[in-house]
Amino acid sequence: MELSGGQILVQCLKDEGVEFVFGYPGGSVLHIYDAIFHQDDVKHILVRHEQGATHSADAYARATGKPGVVLVTSGPGATNAVTGIATAYMDSIPMVILSGQVPSPVIGSDAFQEVDTVGITRPCVKHNFLVKDVNQLAETIKKAFYVASTGRPGPVLVDIPKDITDPNIKVPYHYPKKVSMRSYNPVVVGHKGQIKKAVEMLLAARRPIIYSGGGVILGEASRELTELTRLLGYPITNTLMGLGGYPATDKQFVGMLGMHGTYEANMAMHESDVILAVGARFDDRVTGKLDEFCPYAKIIHIDIDPASISKTVRVDIPIVGDVKPVLELMIELIKDNKHIQPKPVLDAWWELINSWRDVKCLEYDRNSPLIKPQYVVEQLYQVTRGDAYITSDVGQHQMYAAQFYPFDKPRRWINSGGLGTMGFGLPAAIGVKLAFPDADVACITGEASIQMCIQELSTALQFNAPVKIVNLNNRYMGMVRQWQEFSYQSRYSQSYMDTIPDFVKLAEAYGHVGILVEKPEDVRGALEEAFKLKDRTVFLDFITDRTENVYPMIEAGKGHHDMKLRVAPGAPADRELS
Amino acid sequence: MRHIISILIENESGALSRVSGLFSARGYNIESLTVAPTEDPTLSRMTLVTRGNDEIIEQITKQLNKLIDVVKLIDLAEAVHLERELMLVKIKTTQESREEVKSMVEIFRGKIIDVTPNSYVVEMTGQSSKLDAFVQSFAEGSIIEVVRSGPTGISRGEKGLHL
Repeated sequence: MELSGGQILVQCLKDEGVEFVFGYPGGSVLHIYDAIFHQDDVKHILVRHEQGATHSADAYARATGKPGVVLVTSGPGATNAVTGIATAYMDSIPMVILSGQVPSPVIGSDAFQEVDTVGITRPCVKHNFLVKDVNQLAETIKKAFYVASTGRPGPVLVDIPKDITDPNIKVPYHYPKKVSMRSYNPVVVGHKGQIKKAVEMLLAARRPIIYSGGGVILGEASRELTELTRLLGYPITNTLMGLGGYPATDKQFVGMLGMHGTYEANMAMHESDVILAVGARFDDRVTGKLDEFCPYAKIIHIDIDPASISKTVRVDIPIVGDVKPVLELMIELIKDNKHIQPKPVLDAWWELINSWRDVKCLEYDRNSPLIKPQYVVEQLYQVTRGDAYITSDVGQHQMYAAQFYPFDKPRRWINSGGLGTMGFGLPAAIGVKLAFPDADVACITGEASIQMCIQELSTALQFNAPVKIVNLNNRYMGMVRQWQEFSYQSRYSQSYMDTIPDFVKLAEAYGHVGILVEKPEDVRGALEEAFKLKDRTVFLDFITDRTENVYPMIEAGKGHHDMKLRVAPGAPADRELS
Repeated sequence: MRHIISILIENESGALSRVSGLFSARGYNIESLTVAPTEDPTLSRMTLVTRGNDEIIEQITKQLNKLIDVVKLIDLAEAVHLERELMLVKIKTTQESREEVKSMVEIFRGKIIDVTPNSYVVEMTGQSSKLDAFVQSFAEGSIIEVVRSGPTGISRGEKGLHL
């Protein structure tokens, strides 16, 4: 079969089993778009801005586990995609980005819409390629999918000069089933000796805790993690990226840890003597001040990326490998082991943890005449029976979502954790809804974040991706305002916008439904109404308490035991300190 | 501590910028870097001299290994190894100083490879410290130009870094 480069590209996507390509056409990719026009197998989702394409593809990957695919033109098409590529890179999301490039003979001449895409994206991709020969195209695409989805996943970009896709140049097509690269061999099997040592240390622990992250979700290991945790009877905390890796409604779950983690999770980390870190990377938002991080703990760390181990925190037992088989082996070894810690030792630890739980660090004023953002998220949980896909933008609303929507399943919580990209939520929701058209998909956002990719409301209509937008509208960039309140004596520098659009009219202008909610008693009804409108995108604009803050909070440069709480531990629960 | 890292990397365009970009992005320092093809034209050899404590060097080697184009690498400083650097020095000469310069070059086992009425070009290889010593043995103003390759190295014994 002889095909042109454009046809090869589309055929490769078909052979790779790609359902959707999120993209935007332009000069250098016109040959490719012509090939797309001639087929129906790969559906092209036309976004309104290339950043939206990357976030939709990224979220599609987060929700399904399959690599997301993006197609953009050269120059501004590629630069607009960079934010989304970096977002995927920071959270290790498998994604393949196909970017057009000016024709090979004019590369380097500052041609129209030319940028050095390979150079610009190099620091925020797992790998990238420039295709120099149409005969290499199919193999390069295969390599891109292989590198993106194996080992520690990540985005891979393939830059394709326009002459490579010339419809007049046809070459034999062959899509390799497998590809191997001498310079890329991701480790998958953990060291057995290390795993044995880790199990011994775990079983001898008196104040153990399991700390798991996004690696459990990416490595499809939540079932194994759950089995191991229940077998041991130990407390478990999840990172922001790891939520849903262990059922959040289970009694062994002590909540998220880190900057806005629960009191019990952070205190348990601080007082622990053995930590089992699973697919988590000791991010600064998790550890707080490094010198004060878990002073009494020995640390076991399972990660597929050796560079994640001992990067910021020195660990005692490193295990490099795919989390799933490592956890499987641990379960097997624990089942065979007779030296499980006597029950009273663990009971004493749980007693301490339960005393921290009694602080009720997430409580908020439920009698307020204003809509509390936490209340909206709680009601969203009720209305969706805890079974929705929740995407979020970045800021206070993101933390409320993480704290008040307990995820029992992996891949349900879709947010930009590492890069913290405002504008992520709406295109992400569209990507998820396309993957799961029958599921409830909600984007929890704020009036600042949503405006960063608001144009994608148009994409949602064109491609029938009816999502629910839960806008927690406090008329502030809430998290910026909170930091300014705490650290800058309430000098609210530029964290306020004077002219916020009428979101109801805006939603209607885009062909959707808009609902304004101003009273707490209307929250539940509005949510129910929105989710009843199965086929419509609904923009719910909740006017929330402007001054609400996210608690607990570990301020920058402080340790886990040094949390700012709404109510001081031991004080009556109804006393407001802030 | 000083480390000399020897890297086998795919001989592809952009491979060098992947390595140098990694160092600048993560704030590691590069003292010197040499690159050339190997006996296998699809592979390049990079020799990189850097400084850092054990944790930093561990991260550097892990991050380098993570680059998809890096095939293999070794920290030569971990074992007995040989290190050489090439230097070309242009030295001002006068009728009176020519003999003295010539004898200095002999002491340091260098070669004079270009002669004009007023200058010599000296070629010298050796450990970096030897090259430093040679340069320092001349009075200020007598050296016109110094060109150094940066060190390159190889481990001692039968074992080598190859595929």
